[in-house]
Amino acid sequence: MKLKLVLAAAIVTGLGLTAAIAADEPQVVRQEMMKKVGGAMGAIGAIVKGEKPFDAEVVKASLTTMAEVGKDFPNHFPAGSEVGMDSEASPKIWENMDDFKAKAAELTKVAEAQLAAMPTNQASTGAVMKAVGATCSSCHETYRLKK
Amino acid sequence: MASKWLKRLGALVALGVVGGAGFLIVTAPQRQDASVWADLGAADLDNGRRIFFAGGCTSCHAAAKSEGDARLVLSGGAPLKSPFGTFHAPNISSSPTAGIGAWTLAEFGDAMTRGVGRDGEHLYPSFPYGSYARMAPKDINDLFGFLKTLPASETVAPAHELPFPFNIRLSLGGWKFLYFTDAPRVEIANADDQVKLGQYLVEGPGHCGECHTPRDMFGGFKTGRWLAGGPNPEGQGTIPNITPGSKSIGGWSQGDIASYLETGFTPDFDSVGGTMVEVQKNMAELTPADREAIAAYLKAVPAVE
Repeated sequence: MKLKLVLAAAIVTGLGLTAAIAADEPQVVRQEMMKKVGGAMGAIGAIVKGEKPFDAEVVKASLTTMAEVGKDFPNHFPAGSEVGMDSEASPKIWENMDDFKAKAAELTKVAEAQLAAMPTNQASTGAVMKAVGATCSSCHETYRLKK
Repeated sequence: MASKWLKRLGALVALGVVGGAGFLIVTAPQRQDASVWADLGAADLDNGRRIFFAGGCTSCHAAAKSEGDARLVLSGGAPLKSPFGTFHAPNISSSPTAGIGAWTLAEFGDAMTRGVGRDGEHLYPSFPYGSYARMAPKDINDLFGFLKTLPASETVAPAHELPFPFNIRLSLGGWKFLYFTDAPRVEIANADDQVKLGQYLVEGPGHCGECHTPRDMFGGFKTGRWLAGGPNPEGQGTIPNITPGSKSIGGWSQGDIASYLETGFTPDFDSVGGTMVEVQKNMAELTPADREAIAAYLKAVPAVE
């Protein structure tokens, strides 16, 4: 009985370790970062669509998340992480790393500019979404592959 | 004996000539009847602008990576890679020399709806006249009027870079014979006016199927796979299935699709990417009613797994 428990514990620990290792892979780290941005955009989008009332704190937190991700995001594309883990990164990232970094910096720049201006109602939140959204698509146009 | 063989050979050659001539006659470029383009009156420029964005003209005919007003300078665009070679979209600005400023409506309309060039030559279907063939003459007239209001550019685009035999324009007659049609791509029973408008926009000016429908080895659409997606003919990645049977967007509502076309965001706030970025920018210029119609049609087409 005890042996079984120990084994079970070992298996669980092992699984946990595997998960931890996978979570450290740059492909997974950067995917999680993009999901965070997607979540933040979703919070803003809910206001724009009128599903949630305007809330300055929500917009502020969302834009802050985006600005932070933009700063760190390009650091997670080391050589050797081009493929795997369902990565949708285009090989063009490694061919034009400087331009890719500039595109990520643009997300931070635009998010910070919107933070400085801060929308005051639903309509101006729509403008925030449009401004930040343009940086999403301008980078994804070149550097993301649809699998 | 020898003369008998010679006769047979002669007969064979004659047959070949007749066959070849027959092919050329059957597949000769065919213009529309001139009456199609007569009496259309003054162009409605607002509608012309709508058709311009529905058709995505700027995405291929403006210089690559153009932003803002530069998207209205139709000097010829980025190379379009394909399994048949590389195409270069020509200058269609209002310049009378480098562009189409000196063209007549009939010349423009025949190019748009029959793939026939100004000199009566076959045009390559990289210019999606296989879709534009469904467009109403009035919309062609309005679009032509709108294009004339755009800036002139004197840039001459490079010629297409195509290997043999694709560089032989006459062979395009065969392609048209096999694939060219202006019939509806799908039959939708009990389509209401909204779905009909969507069908017109998607199958005609929008030419969505040109990327979203998989092609056979000669570049014709595979039957029964309308809008079902497939490998990207321009290179890496895939083109998504946009029928109701799609794993990725089959579950989207009509409103989700219309909202994506307007904002570039999926229902879970992932963003538009790849060449669809250009398309979405164009779709954002349409009216909400046009985007809703496109979405209604996409929900009504046959589901393909």
